[in-house]
Amino acid sequence: MAFEGLADRLQKTIQKIKGKGKVSEADVKEMTREVRLALLEADVNFKVVKDFVKRVKERAVGQEVMQSLTPGQQVIKVVKEELSDLMGGEQSKIAVANKPPTVIMMVGLQGAGKTTTTGKLANHLRKKHNRNPLLVAADVYRPAAINQLQTLGKQLGMSVFSLGTEANPVDIAKQAMEYAKAEHHDYVIIDTAGRLHVDEKLMGELHEIKSEVSPNEIFLVVDAMTGQDAVNVAESFNEQLDVTGVVLTKLDGDTRGGAALSIKAVTGKPIKFAGMGEKLDQLEPFHPERMASRILGMGDVLTLIEKA
Amino acid sequence: TKTRDSFASKMNDLVAKYRSVDEEFFEELEEVLISADVGVQTVMDLMEELEMEVKRRNIKDTALVTEVISEKLVEIYYGQDNEEIEKLNIQEDGLSVVLFVGVNGVGKTTTIGKLAHRLKEEGKTVMLAAGDTFRAGAIEQLEVWGERVGVEVIKHSEGSDPAAVMYDAVQAAKSRGVDVLLCDTAGRLQNKVNLMNELTKVKRVITREVPDAPHEVLLVLDATTGQNAMSQAKTFSQATDVTGIVLSKLDGTAKGGIVLAIRNELSIPVKYVGLGEKVTDLQPFDAHAFVYGLFSNLVDNQQKEE
Ligand SMILES: Nc1nc2c(ncn2[C@@H]2O[C@H](COP(=O)(O)OP(=O)(O)OP(=O)(O)O)[C@@H](O)[C@H]2O)c(=O)[nH]1
Ligand SMILES: Nc1nc2c(ncn2[C@@H]2O[C@H](COP(=O)(O)OP(=O)(O)OP(=O)(O)O)[C@@H](O)[C@H]2O)c(=O)[nH]1
Ligand SMILES: [Mg+2]
Ligand SMILES: [Mg+2]
Repeated sequence: MAFEGLADRLQKTIQKIKGKGKVSEADVKEMTREVRLALLEADVNFKVVKDFVKRVKERAVGQEVMQSLTPGQQVIKVVKEELSDLMGGEQSKIAVANKPPTVIMMVGLQGAGKTTTTGKLANHLRKKHNRNPLLVAADVYRPAAINQLQTLGKQLGMSVFSLGTEANPVDIAKQAMEYAKAEHHDYVIIDTAGRLHVDEKLMGELHEIKSEVSPNEIFLVVDAMTGQDAVNVAESFNEQLDVTGVVLTKLDGDTRGGAALSIKAVTGKPIKFAGMGEKLDQLEPFHPERMASRILGMGDVLTLIEKA
Repeated sequence: TKTRDSFASKMNDLVAKYRSVDEEFFEELEEVLISADVGVQTVMDLMEELEMEVKRRNIKDTALVTEVISEKLVEIYYGQDNEEIEKLNIQEDGLSVVLFVGVNGVGKTTTIGKLAHRLKEEGKTVMLAAGDTFRAGAIEQLEVWGERVGVEVIKHSEGSDPAAVMYDAVQAAKSRGVDVLLCDTAGRLQNKVNLMNELTKVKRVITREVPDAPHEVLLVLDATTGQNAMSQAKTFSQATDVTGIVLSKLDGTAKGGIVLAIRNELSIPVKYVGLGEKVTDLQPFDAHAFVYGLFSNLVDNQQKEE
């Protein structure tokens, strides 16, 4: 079955209400059920959906929707407002340390896009902020992970710090700091190995790196295609490391990206950047408004409003 | 079979915790399935059927519901087919070619390493084709796996034409008389039309050199992926006639429930599951164990409450 956006989903109810002159509580209930299904199909976590729908219902049963002449659109408006609110405003700022270098740590599950995003961030810092970042190869586990980062460094013409695969990631991070200071790098971006949030040993390693280098930012990198599990991952990484922000990758795909809402709801941490492709210039500031529309499948909203 | 019995008995334990088959019971069941990424539509259909069945047979006893649930879920998985675990299509004689496809970062290259190990253990000779010429470090990554497992890797330089790599790899495999050639490809999102066409071309080159190849086209799906996996399965099938799925990263907390809907709607079976990053972390798919896994949280929660 093809994905139905919220507008499609509400169409039926709207037809039914049309000409009735007044909206009943049952109608609102029917509409909020459609909201629930649309969000679930967009991969928003079911617990997040539950709270969210409750809030929408409260507003809808009140004056706003039931008294309105165009209740379907009002529901969409309420949903979109709530959603945009929840996702917060645009926040693509990156911290700056009082005393350079500023340290950024990249963390996340396997294959999320950490290494690629490390390269993209470095590129962004140089291009937009005229900075001179050092890339740090702290993934000693994944085959050829260091090689991957070195290749990206070469493409960018930037330095990559590595001690090979025999060194301990905590030592790598520590020595990279000394190197960065000596070489006058103003940013240090540490690429860590992908790991499961339930892997105690490897999560402990991240904690040690954190204690060692006191990062100014810890970015949790999350694949936009992630389903219901996004809350477990985000909650767990955040609890253990107190991340400062999120980067959502692979948004150039056709996923609805409900994970964005789940992550924001459970961690409260801002989603700062969006990965929009495999190339090193395909990193964009994250737009909460656009994301809200995307999750709801709102491309068709304007037509709906015209039709009504 | 053994897995079957243990599955049934675990489901029994689980459902026995509920005193009656009431709305609360169904609600929790629905949430468990949705949180396993089974998919809204599939879950809604299933719940409807289940409630009807329960009414029809006038089931009050939770233990009896067990049977119905497992019946239904396994039925959704197998559809009209009989429930045999489908083996990899490897020829008795001559070369078999397996093509790996999927979106970025799901585990294609790693699965090739693990499968190469498995096949070698079974006494087959294996060769790998480094068809990802795009991603930084992709060739080196496959080479590390080749060394680890002890099999040869055919490669070109980064940035070269993947179809040309495949051509050379098939020739090399034929001339050296290996049993299985495992072909890596670059990850690509299914909405990138050019990249999907490139994949079709890669497949065509293989077929031109070995008429009944590729013998398998395996789509690797990341278990943490949600509903987008359905779109991946559809589009990759259109481009390459996918014959089976490898569900990777099942060692995390994600359940990969969307494969039920994929099997049901597109009849693509899961052949292997990935359970970690080591060479030995690839297992044949077991539908009953999988279905039980969907409920394991519910069981765990119940046990915690006790
Ligand atoms: N289309 C697309 N692909 C991306 C994006 N970000 C990363 N990728 C791809 O996703 C795959 C995984 O990216 P990596 O950067 O290797 O991911 P990682 O988190 O470092 O992986 P591990 O180190 O194995 O945990 C690669 O094929 C990347 O090219 C994005 O925004 N869009
Ligand atoms: N925990 C876990 N990690 C896995 C599994 N399979 C692969 N990985 C990890 O996932 C990450 C990505 O795996 P790759 O094999 O590079 O994925 P890919 O599909 O080849 O990626 P691209 O070529 O960039 O598209 C790596 O860090 C792997 O170690 C698995 O079953 N479990
Ligand atoms: Mg990496
Ligand atoms: Mg690969």
